[in-house]
Amino acid sequence: MPHSVVLFYSASGALRAEKLLKGEGIGVKLIPIPRHLGSDCGICLRFDDSEETRVRKALEEGGVEIMRICEI
Amino acid sequence: MIYMDNAATSWPKPESVRQAMDDFMRNVGGNPGRSGHQLSIEAGRLIYEVREALAWLFGIDDPLRIIFTSNATEALNLVINGILHPGDHVITSSMEHNSVMRPLRALEEKGVELTIAACSPQGLLEPEEVDKAIRQNTKLIILNHASNVVGTLLPVAEVGELAHRQGVLFCVDAAQTAGAYPIDLEALSVDLLAFSGHKSLYGPQGTGGLCIRKGVESELEPLTRGGTGSYSEYEQQPDFLPDKYESGTANTVGLAGLGAGVRFVLSQGTTCLRAKEEALMRLLIEGLKNIPGVITYGSGDTRKQIAVISFNIRGLGPSEIAMQLEEEYHIMCRAGLHCAPITHKTIVTFPQGTVRLSPGYFTSQQDVEATVEAIWKIAKDVSKTEFPVADFKSSVSLSVGTNEDKRYANGKGD
Ligand SMILES: Cc1ncc(COP(=O)(O)O)c(C=O)c1O
Repeated sequence: MPHSVVLFYSASGALRAEKLLKGEGIGVKLIPIPRHLGSDCGICLRFDDSEETRVRKALEEGGVEIMRICEI
Repeated sequence: MIYMDNAATSWPKPESVRQAMDDFMRNVGGNPGRSGHQLSIEAGRLIYEVREALAWLFGIDDPLRIIFTSNATEALNLVINGILHPGDHVITSSMEHNSVMRPLRALEEKGVELTIAACSPQGLLEPEEVDKAIRQNTKLIILNHASNVVGTLLPVAEVGELAHRQGVLFCVDAAQTAGAYPIDLEALSVDLLAFSGHKSLYGPQGTGGLCIRKGVESELEPLTRGGTGSYSEYEQQPDFLPDKYESGTANTVGLAGLGAGVRFVLSQGTTCLRAKEEALMRLLIEGLKNIPGVITYGSGDTRKQIAVISFNIRGLGPSEIAMQLEEEYHIMCRAGLHCAPITHKTIVTFPQGTVRLSPGYFTSQQDVEATVEAIWKIAKDVSKTEFPVADFKSSVSLSVGTNEDKRYANGKGD
């Protein structure tokens, strides 16, 4: 199954999103940001591509600001 | 030993607080938000969960609107220095702690205009006093939620409403009330709420923070800038919360303890904690008022105050009283000005100060009775003639109102 990641402005944002999405029953995992996606040393949230619509919807409704979503 | 200095810092702390700190030191230990490995993520998650517990307690829907500082003082300095510029006007009350007065006095030297709304000698404030001080250039109103000297509550709901009607930012110093008195930021018109983690939230010393209403961050400059683990490619400070105000490695071990403290407060319920403290305060105030030669300060009404009271004994200085309480009765309390000279000017106890007693969650009814008895004995020794009855029990009758109160006062509340 191909994966994508959500990138956030801060690690706190990633942690907030993790809670929210797990609460919605969406399988997510916090991972280090892959090198090719940013120079930063932070974390991002990985999910199955098939869940993208649900992920976007849940984050928007939960008011979590995201930087972008990328395929990995 | 009887600890009656919970207004300075609560002690002891719940066992869960010590355990959470120990667990962090042994098993987690990473630098939160800095690296992608498990120990760093765990540390970040731990801090996030503290924000979440506090957001629940204060009625905030976005936990990231809570930022951590090393104490309430730092949060108050951030607000005062981050919002006010020369030419701005700020209003405060005559019941403030020096953590508000000193930064304000320093800015006054630099051209910020300051008005101090007068409180009554009982420590009460009429919202009217604040209303009539508002000017065209008023930028901020900053008020104590409850006095650390006499415990009286200030009318933050009313002042918040009038501040917002006039488009003025409103900051509350909740150092003494966070955890001890219900605070619902959804219902209150408060833009900034500064809190101590180490008092009624039962966290360790070196913890505190600030709740920032959405949008207010655009008017609030950070106090410190530096590494945040985010936006590392930029040499400028990020402008999103919480990173804008949280540079440098956090006090994660302290926050682990604070998280457990806040969960303790949530499990007890602020209303129950408050009811227990109110019952103890009724006992204490009633007891002190019955002793000849003892002068008590504040409203004298437990509904208008938190678990803090000040007193003096005619013919003795505050520090002599505190010394006798400690040496002869092993009662720990605080004498003097309590970092709040302006409060003592308001209640007319400046410069000698008062003796302050502040019971907490772990104080029992017996502790309060023993304290009243000790003060009775000290007062009797200074002024023999005023004591017609030689025996404490028949001179001071201590009773806790209802059975309900008794349950709380005995520490058996749920
Ligand atoms: C009313 C009030 N404001 C501010 C403070 C400062 O709190 P902290 O010791 O957490 O900086 C205190 C406590 O000493 C206080 O009682």
